[in-house]
Amino acid sequence: MILTKAQYDEIAQCLVSVPPTRQSLRKLKQRFPSQSQATLLSIFSQEYQKHIKRTHAKHHTSEAIESYYQRYLNGVRENGAAPVLLQLANEVDYAPSLMARIILERFLQEHEEAPPSKSVINSMLRDPSQIPDGVLANQVYQCIVNDCCYGPLVDCIKHAIGHEHEVLLRDLLLEKNLSFLDEDQLRARGYDKTPDFILQVPVAVEGHIIHWIESKASFGDECSHHAYLHDQFWSYWNRFGPGLVIYWYGFIQELDCNRERGILLHACFPTDIVTLCHSVA
Amino acid sequence: MAAVLESLLREELSVAAAVRWIARSAQSSEDDPREAAALSSLRPLRKEFVPFLLNFLREQSSRVLPQGPPTPAKAPGSSTGLPGRSGGPPRGGRGARNQLFPPIEASSATAADAPSARRGGRRRGPGPARERGRGPGGLEEGVSGECLPWAGGRRPRSSGSPSSPSLARSDPPNLSNLEEFPPVGSVPPGSAGTKPSRRINPTPVSEERSLSKPKTCFTSPPISCVPSSQSSVLDTSPWGHGLPSGCRSLQEEREMLRKERSKQLQQSPTPACPTLEPGSPHPSRTGHLTAQPADPARVSSRHRLELVALVYSSCIAENLVPNLFLELFFVLQLLTARRMVAAKDSDLEPTPGAVDSLESPLFQSVHDCVFFAVQVLEHQFHVLSHLDKGTLKLLAENERLLCFSPALQGRLRAAYEGSVAKVSLAMPPSAQAVSFQPETDNRANFSSDRAFHTFKKQRDVFYEVLREWEDRHEEPGWDFEKGLGSRIRAMMGQLSAACSHSHFVRLFQKQLLQMCQSPGGAGGTVLGEAPDVLNMLGADKLGRLRRLQERLVAPQSSGGPCPPPTFPGCQGFFRDFILCASSFQFNQHLMDSLSLKIRELNSLALPQPEPSDEDGESDVDWQGERRQFAVVLLSLRLLAKFLGFVAFLPYRGPEPPPTRELQDSILSLRSQVPPVLDVRALLQQGLRARRAVLTVPWLVEFLSLADHIVPMLDYYRSIFTLLLHLHRSLVLSKESEGEMCFLNKLLLLAVLGWLFQIPTVPEDLFFLEEGQLDVFEVDTVASEHGLDSMPVVDQQLLYTCCPYIGELRKLLASWVSGSSGRSGGLVRKITPTTTTGLGAQPPQTTQGLQAQLAQAFFHNQPPSLRRTVEFVAERIGSNCVKHIKATLVAELVRQAESLLQEQLVTQGQEGGDPAQLLEILCSQLCPHGAQSWTWAFTTVLSSAENIAVSLATEKACAWLSANITALIRREVKAAVSRTLRAQGPEPAARGERRGCSRACEHHAPLPSHLISEIKVHSSLLPSDVLSLAVGPRDPEEGVAPEYLEQLLGQLGQMLRCRQFLCPPAEQHLAKCSVELASLLVADQIPILGPPAQHQLERGQARRLLLMLLSLWKDDFQVPVPLQLLLRPRNVALLADTRPREWDLLLFLLRELVEKGLMRRMEIEACLGSLHETQWPGDFSEELATLFNLFLAEPHVPEHQLRACELVQPNRGTVLAQS
Repeated sequence: MILTKAQYDEIAQCLVSVPPTRQSLRKLKQRFPSQSQATLLSIFSQEYQKHIKRTHAKHHTSEAIESYYQRYLNGVRENGAAPVLLQLANEVDYAPSLMARIILERFLQEHEEAPPSKSVINSMLRDPSQIPDGVLANQVYQCIVNDCCYGPLVDCIKHAIGHEHEVLLRDLLLEKNLSFLDEDQLRARGYDKTPDFILQVPVAVEGHIIHWIESKASFGDECSHHAYLHDQFWSYWNRFGPGLVIYWYGFIQELDCNRERGILLHACFPTDIVTLCHSVA
Repeated sequence: MAAVLESLLREELSVAAAVRWIARSAQSSEDDPREAAALSSLRPLRKEFVPFLLNFLREQSSRVLPQGPPTPAKAPGSSTGLPGRSGGPPRGGRGARNQLFPPIEASSATAADAPSARRGGRRRGPGPARERGRGPGGLEEGVSGECLPWAGGRRPRSSGSPSSPSLARSDPPNLSNLEEFPPVGSVPPGSAGTKPSRRINPTPVSEERSLSKPKTCFTSPPISCVPSSQSSVLDTSPWGHGLPSGCRSLQEEREMLRKERSKQLQQSPTPACPTLEPGSPHPSRTGHLTAQPADPARVSSRHRLELVALVYSSCIAENLVPNLFLELFFVLQLLTARRMVAAKDSDLEPTPGAVDSLESPLFQSVHDCVFFAVQVLEHQFHVLSHLDKGTLKLLAENERLLCFSPALQGRLRAAYEGSVAKVSLAMPPSAQAVSFQPETDNRANFSSDRAFHTFKKQRDVFYEVLREWEDRHEEPGWDFEKGLGSRIRAMMGQLSAACSHSHFVRLFQKQLLQMCQSPGGAGGTVLGEAPDVLNMLGADKLGRLRRLQERLVAPQSSGGPCPPPTFPGCQGFFRDFILCASSFQFNQHLMDSLSLKIRELNSLALPQPEPSDEDGESDVDWQGERRQFAVVLLSLRLLAKFLGFVAFLPYRGPEPPPTRELQDSILSLRSQVPPVLDVRALLQQGLRARRAVLTVPWLVEFLSLADHIVPMLDYYRSIFTLLLHLHRSLVLSKESEGEMCFLNKLLLLAVLGWLFQIPTVPEDLFFLEEGQLDVFEVDTVASEHGLDSMPVVDQQLLYTCCPYIGELRKLLASWVSGSSGRSGGLVRKITPTTTTGLGAQPPQTTQGLQAQLAQAFFHNQPPSLRRTVEFVAERIGSNCVKHIKATLVAELVRQAESLLQEQLVTQGQEGGDPAQLLEILCSQLCPHGAQSWTWAFTTVLSSAENIAVSLATEKACAWLSANITALIRREVKAAVSRTLRAQGPEPAARGERRGCSRACEHHAPLPSHLISEIKVHSSLLPSDVLSLAVGPRDPEEGVAPEYLEQLLGQLGQMLRCRQFLCPPAEQHLAKCSVELASLLVADQIPILGPPAQHQLERGQARRLLLMLLSLWKDDFQVPVPLQLLLRPRNVALLADTRPREWDLLLFLLRELVEKGLMRRMEIEACLGSLHETQWPGDFSEELATLFNLFLAEPHVPEHQLRACELVQPNRGTVLAQS
């Protein structure tokens, strides 16, 4: 699912300040029926994350936190059964999981002697039944379950998706009889940067030599691609030479501009792989 | 000196004797006693002869001016000072172009003698560090910006001493047309002409001129005499990289040049009133300038020209001139001279009787020049025949040459046709990052984690900087220091430990070698640029593109026949990096590393093909041999250049020291400093081992970056002496057994000649060392078969090392482009090729891609693998050849003999033409031979392969049987500890992890899909005691009972397949399944369907619970958090149910115990702790009853247990039995 920048912009435009709900996603799907659900979800999630990053700071001022906490307390005092926290998050246009975290932190500060550690908070978010207050536990759970873009559940799904695509890629490599070293093997050998797979014998894809393959189970938009280039792809190039990135959910066509430099983008496993022939002249 | 020349002209002296006399100080027995007597009186002047001759020729040719503004006539009365009478070269203020060399008297004392006087006014090359000094009276470098590269040196000093006879006689400023007469590089002391010529690149103006048709727009010669005060207007770039930063249009530039030129003309002291040659058109400043036709019939004083040509050629042949190619360039300039500047009538009409002396000018017309040039070229045919095909073609097609010497033209044409030396300067780029090698780069090679991670970051920063440089360094206004300086220094600042420095230096050096080794890398093709265009054009157009690229790139790639040392292309990055980093530690480590690598490569035993009795067959071997030699040589040159750059960096300055005292103190200081690398010893070793062809070229690169003091230091002076003697000994005409190969010699002559013209090398050095000639005795007996006597150099390598030789071709090409008589062969119009855009990738040639793949394969392998493979290939190939020779060829020859017999019998005694017979025989036998060859090759190869494989297998097996137990133990131990670490304090997973069965086709649903599904549905479910109408939920959303069964079925499939499952996902799913069980037990799942029936049927719930129990028991491989079932939050779900129903929970708990999923004690503990929570009163009671029931009746038969039955049997209002 390779989109032009214009196509991508059109989709992104539709997502401006849309709450991260299933309903929004469904509408998006109706609007762009030709795009796959996974691609839209990925773009949706990325756009929302950009939005949250932009507004993150304003939700974390002490005034904001205090005001949210008071609204939460008032809300549950009025009706503990109402989705207070979720509604609050939607009202102030912030991710429910992150709102849950703010309130949980604030709550623990009030009720515990020591300020809560990050790991305690994370663990409570993963398993809200550990939260000492039953009402808050339910509110938090509701937030996490209803958040499409953040939270331990989403992280788990993303992790699973990433893993699945790596497995898929491995199978395809095995099927093509290409020998490779995977991330774990590379780490065991002391490599400092490890793409998903290093090909032990390079191949050519569309005339470009490929030494490594990185699987990305997401859509390659500008923001994430540039971050990946800086943190991963160029580092791989610096060590292993040119390579291939597979954005399984597509990417913006214009980003595939480093082919000659040695970073090739694909939205699926390439079909035209040329391998080194061992033929005697 | 003129006396010698005169006596030659009068034939009192034979040329051979004269040359013998010049070349050797000692008298030879061959000499005629009369001649000896004539010469002996001149002995003190002997060494002045060659510089005199060269200067004389330059002077004489100064009037050959093909185009340009009206040329001023000579100053009145200046024609008196004939060289013959002057008794030696005149001193002081000589015009740059008419005095090639300083008079020996002036400088013969020592090189160190009064350098300030000699060099005071000189503007030397600024050195690679690009310092720009402004010496008094020096011409600005800026001038050179619009001159041809070689222009500066021949800039006449119009304001120079008019008293100088030679100047007055033949040196009016505009005579020295810079384009036609490049400087020969050496400039006399005191001349302000300096040698900027060596460091100036052509501007677009001059380039265009040299490569296209005669210009209507720009016919004036480049500014040659712009005084320093005006020059800076034009060029601000210290390196003369093309246009000034302002980047004016060409038109503007021309306009400025015109202004400059007119200014300069006005300032010229010599009157600008030309006397035109009769019949010649008035050379107009803007009109076409056609070359004057040259006619052999109109040559004046043939004999004199022949003699001088002979002497001159002999001097060239004996290597008495410093730079062979410079002289060839000069000669070609004469050949392509466009027209003769008019001289005074007296000059034009040679006085009778003076024809054979030096009384009259040597070159009186273009005809004379061409005649002389052709004469010299005839003598130099051997050298010419070794030039590249393009040059040969241009020479062979030169109509003047054809006209003056059809014989030479014929030989050249034959040489051209027989030449395979097609030289292409454009090479594919090979730039890649240095590969990560665990042996040297992994954590074990670093002192700490921190050092390891710091270096990891540094590697990335280094390449980031490199990429940015590639992208931006050609942008106008971009500055290395401004753009990258602070980042580089910040990075270098992190290299605290010495160990880190050595890691970084290794990376730096490897990258340098990878990027700059090929001339392509040096020529500016950088990472990925070339393949881009090549891919677009496709293979068939590659040749055309390459030609175009050469035409576009080559003219700027070198600056005239004697360019200064530069750092072209990617080398510039590394130079600037070193300068910007300005890190003492880095430089030291770099020098250490470079020195080591140089020593290593210099002493590399290049595998020598076995001496073969016949020459022809070993041709294949030589190919590989040459390639390897070229790689080593180019690497060495690059490394040595950078070593020289870094080593002499602290001492480099724009000017030599100003005073003698200062110089002496610097000398005494510097003489104590040991050389960074003992290059003298390496040179001596090289000469002894007859490996000069390898050692000298890199040594020259090293020395070319030396500072001004270096040649005066004893240590380096002795090196120069050795080099000078080597230079003298490389007589090209000597071709005997054991002698150095011709192209090897030519390479050495070219690089040495170039070195002698480097600004920092004193120009008198060349003519000074004669006294020590006899010192040059190198014992070469030890190694008869050194590299020197092997044909390791080919034209490609020669032109790669010495791109300035290509200037010859450019000169000839510009003649073709300028001559209106014919459209030359070289400069054809190239039709622009349209590309189909980047998107469409044409199919690359399979072969090319395979070669790239093979290259790439080795890239990430340890270097030893490549060496091994190459070695094996070389050995096997060589053995195959031997085998073929020994068996097949012998057999074929026998067949040939018998065939011959038959032929003779059938044809009778007359036989026929033997050559024809040979042809017939070969055509019969060769196909057969080739077939057998293939067969032989395959069998030999497969045998070798089989043996290699079996040997390798044997070894591996032997090792395995000896070490397998220990190995497995170690590996398993490591794996176990890794697993334990990864698991943390958690107990290891129960049982071993199973994969899916072999037959599994992995069609199970993906874990991520299931988790998402569950997540979505979780948000639909009431998740808290208060049964709130959860969040955003559409009316049509809900759960079909069948769906839950289906979901659990999928979960089971997935858990059994496991192909895509990772532990976190499994853990999450386990948790979800427990949550689902809690909801089922509490009957809290909203069901789609008629409103009346919105709860699960009891039977359905029970079925689902059983499915879950089975999954927990059999399929999950991670611990399932079953204790969650009895957490207060989950139990609270029950509290909300009206009516409360406990039977499902009790059922579940019993099943858990039954299936061994939870122990009774565990459940009891959980139930016990539930009491700690605050519950509604009735719920607490029911809970307590459940607890008791669970404890009391371990095996209650399956029946519905209701809340009412637990606590208040009399309530009895609730549901009927199902």
